[in-house]
Formats: sequence, C-alpha cells, structure tokens
Amino acid sequence: MAKLNIDLNLDAPDDFYEALLDLHRELTDEQSQRLNARLILLLANHIGDMTVLRDAMRRAREDLDSD
Amino acid sequence: MDLLTYRTPPELVTGSAGHYPVIVVGAGPVGLCTAIDLALHGVPCVLLDEAAALSEGSRAICFSKRTLEILDRLGCGAPARAKGVVWNTGKVFHRDELLYEFNLLAEPGHKHPAFINLQQYHLEHVLVERVQQLDNIDARWSSRVVAVKSRKDRVSVTVQTPEGRYIAHCDYLVVADGARSPVRTMLGLEARGQVFRDRFLIADVKVLADFPTERRFWFDPPFHPRQSALLHRQADDVWRIDFQLGWDANPDEERKPERVIPRIQAMLGADLPFTLEWVSVYTFQCRRMEKFTHGRVVFTGDAAHQVSPFGARGANGGIQDSDNLVWKLARVVRGKATTNLLDTYDIERLPAADENILASTRSTDFITPKSNASRLFRDATLHLARRYPFARALVNSGRLSMPHTYTKTPLTTADSDRFSAGLSPGAPAADAPMQNAAGTVWLIDSLGGRFVGLYFAGGAPVDASICTRLHALRNLAEPVHPVLICSPGRLYSWTAEGVEALEDRNGLAAGRYGAAPNTFYLIRPDQHVAARWRQFDLRSTRDAVRRATGGLSPEYTAWQN
Repeated sequence: MAKLNIDLNLDAPDDFYEALLDLHRELTDEQSQRLNARLILLLANHIGDMTVLRDAMRRAREDLDSD
Repeated sequence: MDLLTYRTPPELVTGSAGHYPVIVVGAGPVGLCTAIDLALHGVPCVLLDEAAALSEGSRAICFSKRTLEILDRLGCGAPARAKGVVWNTGKVFHRDELLYEFNLLAEPGHKHPAFINLQQYHLEHVLVERVQQLDNIDARWSSRVVAVKSRKDRVSVTVQTPEGRYIAHCDYLVVADGARSPVRTMLGLEARGQVFRDRFLIADVKVLADFPTERRFWFDPPFHPRQSALLHRQADDVWRIDFQLGWDANPDEERKPERVIPRIQAMLGADLPFTLEWVSVYTFQCRRMEKFTHGRVVFTGDAAHQVSPFGARGANGGIQDSDNLVWKLARVVRGKATTNLLDTYDIERLPAADENILASTRSTDFITPKSNASRLFRDATLHLARRYPFARALVNSGRLSMPHTYTKTPLTTADSDRFSAGLSPGAPAADAPMQNAAGTVWLIDSLGGRFVGLYFAGGAPVDASICTRLHALRNLAEPVHPVLICSPGRLYSWTAEGVEALEDRNGLAAGRYGAAPNTFYLIRPDQHVAARWRQFDLRSTRDAVRRATGGLSPEYTAWQN
C-alpha cells in the first residue's frame, strides 16, 4: 500500500517554494484561497490514493490550534 | 375520486373489534406496495389512511429501475411505465455554462430504464387500482389512527372515522405514515438526525415547452444567482422546478404566487405561458429511527428514515423497505418462519437507510455549503469541472438511488466457490433479455415472489439427473422454482415438467452472473441473491434456503456439526 512520502521528494525545494509564492503574488486573500482550493483538488487527483490523502490531511491538521 | 370512498367498516356495524394478520397504516407509495405485496403472498390486510385523496402535488417524482422491477412484481409496472416519462440524461450547469452531461443507462439489455419520472399521485393511482383488484385488501379511507397499543401478543389500534371510533387488533402493524409519522409519536419513538439550514421551493408547473426530457441542474444560474435550481419533466407536460432559497427565506412568503411566478418566469423566459399547479417549501433533513422493528410494530419508508431529495432516495428506498419486509412478514404470520426472519428486516434495511442518508448528506453538503471552506471547495470543483473531467466526478447534484447490497446479513450463504465476477450474495439480481417458446422475455420477470434457483446449463445437453434434482427443488419445505438457462441457440424443446427453460439470447445473463456451465444461483423472493455455487447441489441449496428463511443460523450450524 502506498504511503505518504514525508522524506524530501522535491527536486528543487527553493524553486518550488519561490514558484508557490509567485503564484500568489498580488492576489487578494480571497483569490489566494480560491487558488489554493483549486491547487489542492488538482494535486489530490494526481495522488489518487485515499490512504496517502488521509495521511496528508491528518498531518496538515496536527497541532493546528497551538500554532 | 370514487376509488377512495369511505365505507362503514365491519367494526362499526357489529360493534366488536376485528382481528387481522396485518394492518398497514398509511396509503402512500410504501403502504400501498406493502398491502399489495402482502395480498400477493396470501396474507389479508387492512390498509388505513386518514385521507380519502391521492397525494397533493408531485412530491416523489423519480422512480428507479429497481423500483420498476418491484412494481412489475406487484403487477403495477406496465401502467406506471405507460404513464411515466423515461429519461436517462442529466445535465449539470454552472452559471450559464454546461459543465457536463451524464447518461444513466450504461448498457443495453435491461427491461427497465434507469429512471422514470412520474408524479407521486399518478403512481398512487396505479397502486390504488391494483389494490381494488385484490380481494384480500380491505382499504379503509378517511380512517385516522388515533391510538396504538403494542402488546406482546398483538397490536391494537383505535381508528377515527367520519362515523365514529372503533378498535381493531392485528398480529403485526406496518407503519408507513410518512416523515411526520403520527404512529411513531404515539409510541413515543423518534427519528434522529440532521436538519440542514436551507430551504427549497418546489413547484409543479404545467407548460407546453419543448425542453428535452432530461434532468437539468444549475449551480448559481443567472436566473437565480448564488443558489441552485432543478428542472425535471413529469407526465402530462408538468415540469418540476426546485429553487434553493437559503435559510433566511420566509416559507410563507415564498409560497405566495406573486413570489413564485417571477422566479419561474426568470427561469423559463417571460413569454412562455404556464400554470402553477402546486407549490411547497421544505427543509432538507436526514434522520432515522434507531431501529425499525419495535415488537410487533414495523416502521417503513419516511416514517422510519428521511433523506434529502436530489437523490430520489425517499420513495425508492421506502419501496425497497417494503420489498424486503413483506416476504419475511408473510412467512412469520403464516407460521412458516420464526421471528428470526423478521429480525433481519432491521439487519438489512438499517444499513440500506444509512447508505441512502450518507449519499444524501454528501449531496446536500455540496449543494448547500455549510461553511466558507465548504463553499470554497465547491466553487473550485465547479470551476475545474469545466475543463477537467476528473473534477466532474466530484460535482454532486444528487447521487441517484441505487439498490442496496445486503452484505452483513445472516440470510445469505457466503461463497464457498471461486467467483471473480457476477453477483455477490446479497446483491440485487441482474436482468437480461431471454428467449423462451413464447418469444422474447426478461430474466427479471422469472424471479421474485418466491425462491428461484437459476441453473446455468451452458451449451451441452442437460444431464437427466440434473433435471430430476432441479425438479426436486419444488418439493422442499420452502419450495424453490427451478429455472434452467441455456446458451444462445440451445433452447431445445425441453420438457421437464415444472422447470422453466430460458435461452440466454445474447449471453448477457451468463456474463452478468459470472456464470460457467453448472453455476447455480439461489434468488430470494425479493430478487436478491441468497447464495451461489459453481455446481448445483440439492443439499447445499436446501441449507441455503433454510438459512435464507431465518431457520439456519451460523450458531445452529456449528452446534449441529
């Protein structure tokens, strides 16, 4: 069964991060939220595996209150 | 209508309380189906309804393939089909753009279409006419149940009529008196669940328009911004229109024609003349009783569980309750089975209700987003669905009713042979076009109302010993009707008396049942699979029939061995 990869998997971490921020540049908060929602749906479909998705959801939700 | 005339019941003539095997409360689609099915099983019943009229307004409008199969078994399929509107296509719009369309009928070779649309009052009319043909149903109109006393050995109901009150007793009371179920309240029972903070306006509109016969659903349409809307054709040029109103809407105001008519004009166009036949405002609710059977009182349909619409799961689910209940209740009432069999009504139908509630809740969460995050993802899904097919699978404008497969039930016999395809025990039987001496027939019409054994003979001549054993199925304590299915072109003049022979015209039956030569299926009276094997064995079949009638629990088998 596939597992969520929590080791570094990005080819170019800094490039990805910059691209993500560029993507949101000059957007209102509301536009950023809409963009994020679309991005999540596109990526989720690519991943496909429900076990992996649930694991990612759980980890994203962890400690949300104490941040 | 003179079909529904009140007549003085015998209790008010003789002054003494009658005792009946079964009393059914509520003559909606579910109560009517229950009464008809009981009558066909040879169980006389009294059917009580507080009104003397068919339902007002269209209410339930979509009837599924599975429901049509059940209606056929009850002798009501043909008139319902004749009156109903067949549709297979659905279209989903976002704003003014078509997002996608779907076809519900994935493959040919079924007697019935995926759905017909028919106003509830038309279906009730068909069912009431059937009730009139059956002399062991005592249908009593203008007869309101005002008190219920449930005892260990019987149930007593007090009935209010225009001429006064009387008491009647029964072995079993079947409750089908709707979502607000007065009988449920009288017994101090509840249906619990979720109320969605939204209101919908539904209208029946008579209009001569040449819109195609398809289901159209809009998210955020230009004629009704920020909300959703549905347009669906019914019989007699009546169209059903649903408008989402939001939680703040005032139901009394919204029902007024001066509010409704402009909304419909905005949708249909101002020039199209129409007449408003019926308007109602409702709130989505998903709830069910903790259990449906309480001693000798059995709840069915909306009285037992309620779902939001947009999935056609209310009436279809309720009719399937009735389908599941009656063959069991008939055997218990006639002393052919113990109450173990009746207990499986809850075991099988509670998960079915949960499945419907889950599907309906998910649809409602999509149509009526409860939070900003929920709306955000809903809108993102709709946006992506225009360009990307994967996102269309996430769009939920109602997941339309499918029959439940009874997976956790003591009545089915687990597979002991290998099946990589076909119908697992508990699944509803599949249909296929067949040929017999009379011409083209449908497999589904040979099933139901009794146990049926389907023997797939393949192409080889049938061994005489198989014929003898198939014939012996008829003489079991619970008789099984034997059906022999042979390959295309192999319908030899087959004369084993009492064994029905069918030719699998296009090989579809063998495919749908995952059958090889000698495969044998045992089908329950409600057309669900009880057991299947790769070879036909009389003893295994007999044990499976006993298990399927509640007489052979796994514990009992273990003890016997």
